[in-house]
Amino acid sequence: MKRVTLALTLALAPVLASVGAQAETLKTVKDRGMVACGVSQGLPGFSSPDDKGNWTGLDVDVCRAIAAAIFNDPTKVKFVPLSAKDRFTALQSGEIDVLSRNTTWTLSRDTSLGANFAGVTYYDGQGFMVKKALKVNSALELNSASVCVQTGTTTEQNLADYFKANKMKYEVIAFAGQDETIKAYESGRCDVFTTDVSGLYAERLKLANPADHVVLPEVISKEPLGPMVRHGDDQWFDIVKWTLFGLVTAEELGVTQANVDEMAKSDKPEFKRAFGTDGNLGEQLGLTKDWFSRIVKAVGNYGEMYDRNVGAGSKLQIARGLNQLWNKGGLQYAPPIR
Amino acid sequence: MSIEARLPPPQYALRLKRVLGGKAGWNGIILQILFVAALAWFGYEIVANVRTNLAAQRITSGFGFLNNTAGFDVNQTLISYSGSDSYTRVLIVGILNTLLVSVIGIVLATILGLMIALGRLSPNGLLSRVAGTYVELIRNLPLLFQITFWYLAVLAALPGPRQSISVASTFYLNNRGFIVPRPVEEPGLMPFLIALGVAIVACIGLRYYARRELFVRGHAMRIWPYVLGLLIGLPVMSMLVFGAPVVFEVPVLKGFNFAGGSRIIPEFVALTLALSMYTASFIAEVVRGGILSVHKGQMEAGLSLGLSRGTVLRLIVVPQALRVILPPLTNQYLNLTKNSSLAVAIGYPDLVSVFAGTTMSQTGQAIEIIGITMGVYLALSLITSAIMSFYSWRLGKRLGA
Repeated sequence: MKRVTLALTLALAPVLASVGAQAETLKTVKDRGMVACGVSQGLPGFSSPDDKGNWTGLDVDVCRAIAAAIFNDPTKVKFVPLSAKDRFTALQSGEIDVLSRNTTWTLSRDTSLGANFAGVTYYDGQGFMVKKALKVNSALELNSASVCVQTGTTTEQNLADYFKANKMKYEVIAFAGQDETIKAYESGRCDVFTTDVSGLYAERLKLANPADHVVLPEVISKEPLGPMVRHGDDQWFDIVKWTLFGLVTAEELGVTQANVDEMAKSDKPEFKRAFGTDGNLGEQLGLTKDWFSRIVKAVGNYGEMYDRNVGAGSKLQIARGLNQLWNKGGLQYAPPIR
Repeated sequence: MSIEARLPPPQYALRLKRVLGGKAGWNGIILQILFVAALAWFGYEIVANVRTNLAAQRITSGFGFLNNTAGFDVNQTLISYSGSDSYTRVLIVGILNTLLVSVIGIVLATILGLMIALGRLSPNGLLSRVAGTYVELIRNLPLLFQITFWYLAVLAALPGPRQSISVASTFYLNNRGFIVPRPVEEPGLMPFLIALGVAIVACIGLRYYARRELFVRGHAMRIWPYVLGLLIGLPVMSMLVFGAPVVFEVPVLKGFNFAGGSRIIPEFVALTLALSMYTASFIAEVVRGGILSVHKGQMEAGLSLGLSRGTVLRLIVVPQALRVILPPLTNQYLNLTKNSSLAVAIGYPDLVSVFAGTTMSQTGQAIEIIGITMGVYLALSLITSAIMSFYSWRLGKRLGA
């Protein structure tokens, strides 16, 4: 009954909380001195605590960037680990200011949850992982397999669609937590583990012998992952949105954590606009003029963030792929800062 | 130090009682009306507040989502269900799965609890110690821990489908569950069921006749050989004449898993085992208390009338003990049903898992879904408690109390 109680508390929170303050998330955050940021309960590369309790990952860096933009201090974040099924209620009820938790942008989530997606931090797709010993080479060979999946995700529905479309039977075993899901897969309760491909690589690291497991080539869905904010506070929505755009723009302009101070002195007009040496774009956002350099100083540009957490500089070693910049063959594209 | 200055306390109690609406007049009634009004106002405020807040946040509300397509699958359904069915169907699937685990859990827990209670009361020292240890061990360990223990330590340790433990190549046990042959209907089924029905009706008639013989003529009949003969003989005859009622579809290993046959999933086994063993330890104590509450003079009196030990237990001791046992037993049944919601930890698709879990995160309609879920658990609890009260009332009437 514990989970019901939790859900109930979350459900009743909007009843009790004064939602009049909804439109002033920035003020709430400043008064609190922290950004309350919903993250996953532990997904290496995206959000997971290390042995000292420090959170790291791509989703975590988004939160840190927001904190840096507001407080000029990337540590002013309160991380709230959430399961897939509790995450939206936590956002709706005001327990968190932003949900940065590998959440897929879908139409129904954008419309019915009272929330807005601020952008895409990671272009992903759903895939399958099996044991090498099964000698399966394609997801189309999975007829009659047992599949472990985490509940409350788009994954569960994609899975149903895919097996139905390919006229294959399967047995689904759904768990509330990612850890229980991967444990059941490892113990042999199911043949297949499915989630977003990035998640497969991340979870594989947790297995006793990662080399015994293989990720199948099929990617069966589009999973654009990004942070969410509550509906009805456009200023806060803008801040989160432009924090993401700032990270991508920084990579595009070649601004890195190391050279940011030097670049700030540049005479080029687009640099001057971004760094606030010309105009007051940062103040229009409700932040300060130097918001852009604050962000980059704190977490680096998008490319640095990617490499450090999921790319070449990490254990996950996921190629940039779709997440490369638009001018290098990828999909990451930020509207101009002007 | 004047004693007279203090009013004796009972007067305060009396006045308080009057104000709060005891037997006394207008004060009480006004207070009660005020109280109801306050409650109604509070309820209205909650509803209105929720509505405004949801509208302000543009969160969809209402029960329209129940007709939408669920789009996800469930691995154990008692009614036909596929991903293209509605969320209403998911709700029913969840309720049925919760009911299944609760009903089977209650039956097993009662049997096990009764056996342990009798074991603990037995004069056999070893047996009584074993039963005592069981109770102390099981009731003191957290239920969630026991569920995960059965699931992860015992059932997950079973071999995979290709290395299944098999009995006569018909029954298979592996980490995907217990796979048994599935009965498939044959033309002989209808006559078989009719024969069985006739046999049962005949047995009831026979028992009725035997009781009348006993009460009217004082002649005790031994009817069990006839009962056995009827119950076995008639169906067997039907099978000889009309052929087998069912054939069994034997499971075969095919691809990843077994095709054909029925399968009991390990999540169900783990949950049922843990729930019934845990609740049995409490039921055992309830039953033991009930039996000990009957004065031993009752047994002695019965024996001195020349009745056998079994008859005294059945007719004198147990009915009296039951009056003590039933109320706490009802609580245990309720606990078991509610505890079944821990299923979510091991992926058994009960109500909380598929409805308050998956459906809630697919639709995001927490208030409606939590409301429905609470309603279902409340209804299940009230029904259980009503059945037990009815039984208790009938028992009371029979005992003339």
